[in-house]
Amino acid sequence: MSVRSWWGLATPATQTAGMRRLTVDAATWVRAAEEFAAADAHLLALWAARAPNQEGFFIRAAFIAAGAGLILELPIADCDPPYPGLEPFFPAASRMQRAAYDLWGLRATDPDRRPWLRHAAWPEDQFPLRNPAVLAAGTAGSEAYRFVRVEGDGVHEIPVGPVHAGIIEPGHFRFSIVGEKVLRLEERLGYVHKGIERRFTDFPILEGHRLAARVSGDCAVAYAWAYCQALEGMVGVRLPARASWLRALCLELERIANHLGDLGALGNDAGFAFGLAQFSRLKEHLLRANETAFGQRYLFDTVVPGGLRADLTPSAAHTLGDFLSRLAPEVESLRDIYDEHGGVRDRFVGAGRVAPELAARLGLIGFAGRASARDLDVRIDFPCAPYTELALRRVTRTAGDVAARVAVRFDELQESCRLSLHILKSLPASVHRVECPAPMQGAFGTGLIEGWRGPIFLALEAGTAGAISRCHPHDPSWQNWPVLEHAIIGNIVPDFPLINKSFNLSYSGHDL
Amino acid sequence: MTEAAPPADPQLCVHEILQKRIRALLGRALCIRHVDAGSCNGCELEVHALNNPIYNIEGLGIKFVASPRHADLLLVTGPVASNMRVALQRTYEAMPDPKIVVAVGDCGCTGGIFGESYASCGRVANVIAVNVAVPGCPPSPTRILQGILTAIA
Repeated sequence: MSVRSWWGLATPATQTAGMRRLTVDAATWVRAAEEFAAADAHLLALWAARAPNQEGFFIRAAFIAAGAGLILELPIADCDPPYPGLEPFFPAASRMQRAAYDLWGLRATDPDRRPWLRHAAWPEDQFPLRNPAVLAAGTAGSEAYRFVRVEGDGVHEIPVGPVHAGIIEPGHFRFSIVGEKVLRLEERLGYVHKGIERRFTDFPILEGHRLAARVSGDCAVAYAWAYCQALEGMVGVRLPARASWLRALCLELERIANHLGDLGALGNDAGFAFGLAQFSRLKEHLLRANETAFGQRYLFDTVVPGGLRADLTPSAAHTLGDFLSRLAPEVESLRDIYDEHGGVRDRFVGAGRVAPELAARLGLIGFAGRASARDLDVRIDFPCAPYTELALRRVTRTAGDVAARVAVRFDELQESCRLSLHILKSLPASVHRVECPAPMQGAFGTGLIEGWRGPIFLALEAGTAGAISRCHPHDPSWQNWPVLEHAIIGNIVPDFPLINKSFNLSYSGHDL
Repeated sequence: MTEAAPPADPQLCVHEILQKRIRALLGRALCIRHVDAGSCNGCELEVHALNNPIYNIEGLGIKFVASPRHADLLLVTGPVASNMRVALQRTYEAMPDPKIVVAVGDCGCTGGIFGESYASCGRVANVIAVNVAVPGCPPSPTRILQGILTAIA
């Protein structure tokens, strides 16, 4: 059965288009997950929460496929045996379950029980989201982590990180290699775990969008929008047309900025410094245009509950439109150079290949998924306003290598330029913001926005007196980090930076 | 009979003369090691921008290096996540003396929006000595550059 057929059984517990909620028992939890996997649905997120009656917990898993989204929730009591893990159906579930254990002490049946977000900063018998009071400031330390060892003649290990060689977020990579060839990569993440989920509960629910925007700073708009969508859904706020159109403009500008940055860095990683110079120049001009239009280079705090912080003035809209119509042809001529440069092609084509079958089995998502024939795009498949009215072209490739991810990025960049210009031209005249009241205690809402990396999902629960009782922001990097371990197999070590950058996954958004 | 002794001739202080000439040539050269101690990645994006042709930090003789052993200045972003505390301390210790630390962003300056918690040690100065702190969320590339130049002024 598909997600759609289970969907009929569920209650629309949230106003997010197409998302419903269903409480299940353990046997149904397993049966549903198995059917969703067989029907090629996506596991969107898996997280734990306290049950509303304060006795016991829920493990929740969100799935989406073909316009229907479903959150399964499995009630768990402390005395229960481990709940059925979903790794057999969705391999990406493993790390989400390990994280849920570290934060809540709820154990899944799946075999990998190594800690994930907990390094040595807090004791292993304490669970920061279950019992916030017991934990004071973190105590530093390091605890041995059991990496999987590859043994054999001539095999050796290269440990890299957490501090990397460039200006980049921290994480640890353990390569097992023979000569230059990578036999296995194992990631260890969690270094930038800074307690975001617990921090949310310190914020009034009408202020939480500011923290959401900083879950992963390169997706400030997508996270803030997902948060506001969840909140606005809970209280039934209808967004003025101008507000949703301006949010979409910001989201596309964010996509353009990130693709510009990464396309330059990818050229650089292939030894083509010209590409970095050109794309970083274009990106800087875009950020300056953003600042002129919205007062913020990276559009932090531009999206607020009820709409936008400030309206776009006609003259700012004109300047932005001017810039974007010059940007598109410049990017196109750089694309020609990338396409015709023998050295660059040689590094891009065939590197870090994730074949469509592998992508489907591992649950690759977002633009990287679209480069491996996984065509989900929330803007098309779960459109909120104004995407319901915008004819967006779906971009996919099947080769699944660096070249395919670069091609998808180029196509999406152009599509975002086209869309932004259209939005600027057709911007509805209305207010840019309406009042957004605080939701009632116990209200539950979700947000789902296609960030530049992939779907940003967020589940929000209201506490007493305008507080947040639980907020789980979910980055597509959770799904895609494990796939990177496969993408590098059989490639040479010096191609790792290139392959890694072609995905450019988030550490902060994942480590929370 | 005795003639007056000659005055000291600064031209003979080869060491100092050389030192001065080297300073004149390389005095502004600076190697920076960056550590993200728990940032949201916003500050990294703006630190990256310093390398673009518009800010062109290398044109000022300043470059980012891959090893703390090559670095004069440690640029730290983020609150210090508890899981990054040891890595930050070790990076700092691996740098040769004299060393300068610049904390970048509201989080590096005060702990910012993430504050102090079971998983965050808060501001950078809670873990290593900080010379210059650049506020902002994120600070603009110009402000970050200003912070770096202030630290070596």
